[in-house]
Formats: sequence, C-alpha cells, structure tokens
Amino acid sequence: MALLQIAEPGQSAAPHEHKLAVGIDLGTTNSLVATVRSGLSVVLSDELGRSLLPSVVHYKADGATEVGYEPQTRQSQDPKNTIASVKRFMGRGRSDIAHVESIPYDFVDAPGMVKLRTVAGIKSPVEISAEILSVLRARAEAALGGPLVGAVITVPAYFDDAQRQATKDAAKLAGISVLRLLNEPTAAAIAYGLDNSAEGIYAVYDLGGGTFDISILRLSKGIFEVLATGGDSALGGDDFDHRIFCWILESAKLAPLSSNDARLLLTRAREAKEYLTYHSEAPITARLSTGVLVDMTLTTAIFNEITQTLVMKTIQPVKKALRDAGLSASDVKGVVMVGGATRMPQIQRAVGEYFRQEPLNNLDPDKVVAIGAATQANLLAGNRAAGDDWLLLDVIPLSLGLETMGGIVEKVIPRNSTIPSARAQEFTTFKDGQTAMAIHVVQGERELVSDCRSLARFELRGIPPMVAGAARIRVTFQVDADGLLSVSACEQTSGVEASVTVKPSYGLSDDEIAGMLKDSMEHAKDDAFRRALAEAQVEAKRLVEAVQAALQSDGELVSAGERGRIDVAITKLQEVAQSENRRHVTLAMDDLEAETKEFAARRMDKSIRRALAGRRVEELGNGLEAKGEQA
Amino acid sequence: MGVTLTEKAAKHVSNYIAKRGKGVGLRLGVRTSGCSGMAYKLEFADEIAADDITFQSHGVTVLIDPKSLPYLEGTELDYAREGLNEGFKFNNPNVKDACGCGESFNV
Ligand SMILES: Nc1ncnc2c1ncn2[C@@H]1O[C@H](COP(=O)(O)OP(=O)(O)OP(=O)(O)O)[C@@H](O)[C@H]1O
Ligand SMILES: [Mg+2]
Repeated sequence: MALLQIAEPGQSAAPHEHKLAVGIDLGTTNSLVATVRSGLSVVLSDELGRSLLPSVVHYKADGATEVGYEPQTRQSQDPKNTIASVKRFMGRGRSDIAHVESIPYDFVDAPGMVKLRTVAGIKSPVEISAEILSVLRARAEAALGGPLVGAVITVPAYFDDAQRQATKDAAKLAGISVLRLLNEPTAAAIAYGLDNSAEGIYAVYDLGGGTFDISILRLSKGIFEVLATGGDSALGGDDFDHRIFCWILESAKLAPLSSNDARLLLTRAREAKEYLTYHSEAPITARLSTGVLVDMTLTTAIFNEITQTLVMKTIQPVKKALRDAGLSASDVKGVVMVGGATRMPQIQRAVGEYFRQEPLNNLDPDKVVAIGAATQANLLAGNRAAGDDWLLLDVIPLSLGLETMGGIVEKVIPRNSTIPSARAQEFTTFKDGQTAMAIHVVQGERELVSDCRSLARFELRGIPPMVAGAARIRVTFQVDADGLLSVSACEQTSGVEASVTVKPSYGLSDDEIAGMLKDSMEHAKDDAFRRALAEAQVEAKRLVEAVQAALQSDGELVSAGERGRIDVAITKLQEVAQSENRRHVTLAMDDLEAETKEFAARRMDKSIRRALAGRRVEELGNGLEAKGEQA
Repeated sequence: MGVTLTEKAAKHVSNYIAKRGKGVGLRLGVRTSGCSGMAYKLEFADEIAADDITFQSHGVTVLIDPKSLPYLEGTELDYAREGLNEGFKFNNPNVKDACGCGESFNV
C-alpha cells in the first residue's frame, strides 16, 4: 500500500508515476541522502534511525561488501580492505594524492586514476564510491516506496572535470541517474533558501571531519556563481581531536602508546570535543592496555586555548578567498555554516567576529548540503510549484569559442551563460575546393587565440569541394548541466559530421580564471585594435587568393596592361598586409578591387553563359538560394 | 459524516503548511485514472474555490470539490509509517476493491 505525500496545487502525480528524486551528499567522512516529502526537504534515516552513513567500505575475500558504521568501527582490524575517505582519490592519479605514503592502502598506479588492491580484487575509487551510493539508493527506494527517477549529487566547488566525471560514473555504476552534479556550497545556500532571497554575496564556511572549504558565491537572478574557493584539505574536526589527544598525553605524562591505546584515546578526545559543544567541561576516562587509568577533565577554557591556532588557521583561507574575489568581509550578506565541526562554539564565535554578523546556523550543519541537493532534485524531477521557476545554478566561467582565420576568436558561448547551454554558429570554407576544416576550441575572454586557452582540436573532413564561402558548416557548442562541453560540426549541404567532447569549465583553477578575466579587461582596447587588424589581414589574404585563382582559370579575359596593374596591386597588398597599419591594408584592398572590377564583370558574364548552357533553371535557382543564405 | 483527519495526520499537515509558508488548507479529491479506475488527489490548497465543500478537522481546513465528495464521504485520512516509508493513507469506506498500490481504487 503506497503512502502518499502532499503535492503542490495541481501537481498530484498519476498513480505509479510519482517522480521520486533524491539529493545525495557524497562526503569524505559521511554521506547522506535526502528527499522532499510533502514539500519539506528531509534526510532519510536507516532502520536504526541514523541519518549519516560513514563513507567507509569493507571488502571481504568472497567479494561481499559492507558499508557504513560496521566497517568504520572495525577499520583497524583490516585496514587494507577497509577503505575510508575514498573521495580523496576520485579522479586522481597517484602523484595527485597528498601524503600517499602514509595511507595504509595498497595503491596500484593506473592511467588516469589510482586503484586499490583489496582481497576482493583491484578496485577503482569509482567502484568504491558506487558501493556507498548503492546503499543510499537502496535506503531511498525503501523510504520512498519505488524506484528513483534520479539524484542530484553534490561535489566540492573546486572539483575538476576528472573528479566530477568520476562521481558521475560512480552514480551510473550504482544504477542512479544523475539529474545534476551540484556544488556543495551552492547546495548549502539553497537549503537556507538564499536562492529566493535578495541578490548579493554569500560565504559558505564548511568545516568537516578532515577538510575545510570556504566558498564565496554571488547570487544574481537566482543564479549562484562561484567567485572564489579556498580552504585546507588537511584541516578539520579531526585536528581538534588530535589537539585534545596531545593534551591528554602531556597532562597525564603518558609514555608512547600502542596503536590500540592511541585509537582509544583519540575516540575519547572526539567525544570530549563534541560534549564541550553543549557543556562547559567534559570528563575523559579510559583504561589503557597497560592498566593505566586515564581520568581527567577538559574545560572549555583549556579546549579553547589548545585549539586557538586551528581556529585561526581557518580564517586565513577565508581572507584569501575574499581577496581573490576582490571583496572584503563587509560585502558579505550572509555566512552559511556547513560541516559537523562548525558546531564548536569557538568556531561560531570566530566566524561571527570576522564577518561581523551572526552566521546562519539554524539548520543541522551535517545535513544542509543533502537538504539543498534534495530541493534541487525535486525541482529537476519536475515536481515544482507554480511560480517556482528558478533552476539555473551554475554559469560558464569563461567564454567558449572557436579559432577563425587569422587567429581570431569567435565566441560561441559567452562567459556567465547559465548551464546547460547550447549555441550554434555557421562558418564557411576559406579556399576553393577546401575539403577539410580544422576546428580549434578555445576558452577565454581575449580576442586572439594566442591569448586564450586551447581546449581541443578536431577536424571536419569530407566536405565536398566547393568554391570558397559556399560550404555551410554549422558548429554547435553544447555545455551540459555538469559543465561538460561537446562540440560538433556539420556541413549542412552534405551532412558530413564530426564532433568532440571537451572539458572546459573546471579545467582551470579559480585563480587562473580570475587572472584571465583581469587580463581581458586590461587588454580590451588593445585587443579590439589587434582584432580589427587581424581581420583586415585575413580579408587581404582572401582577396589575393581569390584574384589569383581567377587569373589562373580565366587569365585569357585580361589584357596584358590590365594584368600588369593587377599584379602590382597584389604585390602592394601583400606587402602592407604584413604591416601593423589596418588603414593601409584596407586602402590597398580597395586598390586591388578597383583594378579587378572589370575583370570580375567579364568573368561573371562568362560563367552565367556557361551555366545557362548546361543546366536547367531551377538548379540555378537553388544555387543562388544557398548562396544567399550563407551570406 | 464528511471527511476527517486523524490527529496524527492533522499534525503533519499543519507542520507541512507552516513550513511551506502559505496555504489555506488541504485539498482531497479523486480523479479517474490508474489501474483500478480512480485515483486520489492530495494537494496543498492556496485558495478556496466557490463550489468547494470544506470541513474542519483538528484545526486543518479540508477542501473537496463537489464531484469528488460522493467518492470520499466518510473517509479518514491517516498518517502511517511502514518500514522506512511514511506518508498519508486514505481509509475510504466507499472503496470496493483497490489496486495493491493503494493509489487507485474502484467504488
Ligand atoms: N557536536 C559537535 N561538536 C563538535 N564537533 C562535532 C560535533 N558533531 C560532529 N562534530 C565533528 O564534525 C566532524 C564531521 O563533520 P562532517 O560530518 O560534516 O564531515 P564530512 O563532511 O563527512 O567531512 P569532510 O567535509 O571532511 O568530507 C567530526 O570531526 C565530528 O567530530
Ligand atoms: Mg563535508
């Protein structure tokens, strides 16, 4: 018997056609799944009422897997086969991983992405993540009473294309259709309903178990743009545990500990830390394997003192991110707190003091990302309320374009277009009989290819030979919701096609993007000049080639004197085309055109006579039409 | 007679409407479709239509269009939990046979 949820007015789904969608926070330490029920975004719990799923996967020799709390508690018993924090390896090569030597896993260097050797075989981070996602999917389908139509999965804002692609692949492997990958800070902002609020700058401060991320977002017209990101990939709640651990060792003057005792004290340290969020002192007691009894009390005052440097360590990246975005703390309209470790009062205080405002903290910091993702998933699945038509969340950070003759960039999708986005533009051939066209995809704001970043090159071959300018090549740029670009080219009259998939928006760090934008503004005037010159040079070259081709095929139509004057004009034009003076180039072109005017008229007469002699009239009509269109 | 909500259902409805931030009540209805002929409608209501019939139950305003009422007369809306799943359930005395899914029925 299905249990029903309340729909928005007029949105009741037909029986068996509920669009069940979820948001998934695939975290380094913990993962969650959430959905919208009767208009409310809620995190789904397991049978025991636990909402978090520790992101830990244990492989057994028979190939069976266990995910979550069980393997987390037994991590030390079988470290090589119990994989934690696999998110750090997604889309990464061995050399990309920090402190790889201190990680207990058996890495296998594979092209593109590392793999891990376990008793159950060699596993890629994608497969391991898929195990976590499968558990969340099963939980969601049990809770919603049917198969999912799809999920929104969150990723850190700084994830590059390889990491995003790996996340999508993991979802696919787990049988989940990805409605969209969403940046974690954007999801958190959505959970607070900021997408419906006034436009402005928002900061998202995310202190989790092992990582710290700060993101500066700008909201305008319902779109979040990531202005800057920063953080510390080795700073989180665990470091606070470690400080307490060290304090215990020092205060109790303990000798070096066995690894089991160390783990026990670290657990006690973590408990004390969490207890201090709600109390002014925390008891710490433990019986070590040596028989020693540890029995101490940690006060808030001491805790604050021993962790003060850690707290300050999070403020540095905040300052840097604001600086990168060209903003100051007073520009920030709201600060969203994310991550379990932001519950610590000293963190709340430090952030509040720095931004001179109370941070947004009334949602559970462990759950905000999943909650925002669920809200987005519900919208993307089509369960939206009337008037709720915001959807667009991410934008293309730098313009995408093509190289055209003369090394000039023709922008196809301008910067800050919302994704998904698709645009097409028509190009033509440059030379008579040209059968192939090289397509060079570039990214950047500058006018010249040499100042932009090259993303991909491919060739469209098999264009039927035609006169220059007659082929109609439609180039389509498509950026999907995850920022992946595909470019296809099709010659319209023959249907010949070629395409390539490239990875634009995340291939550059935010620093690089900011640098490129700054450059483009500084060079705008310079660029316009150079663009005009380059265009004139292309025109000149095109004209010379056209005249030479005409002389070759219809040389008998010019007198010797005429020919001499044309040759002089050509030489002159070729000379000035090398110069930096656009005016000289256009003047020389005018000269050459004047010298060849009569010749062109005679050629026209000749070709019309030839055409009329051999063809039917409607064929001629078609030819003219095609020509008119591409002009 | 009319249509009622259990106390539990009413508590959930009130909570959802409060969190939603707008709405005058809960609309129940039926329409033809589904594997056994009729299907329930369960929606938030932002306005009361002129011909709506309204009931009050544990502080929630229930709206029903006159065409749906004969099929819902005597219905009690409950809130239930089944394993991990939870949601609203129609206890409708008019139903002769229902599709196992509980979403559509015959009278
Ligand atoms: N009440 C509390 N007081 C202080 N710290 C807490 C409290 N509750 C949880 N934490 C800490 O929050 C951290 C885990 O946070 P969270 O679940 O957000 O991590 P995560 O998102 O999985 O990790 P990461 O962001 O590094 O991927 C742990 O260090 C935990 O001890
Ligand atoms: Mg996190």
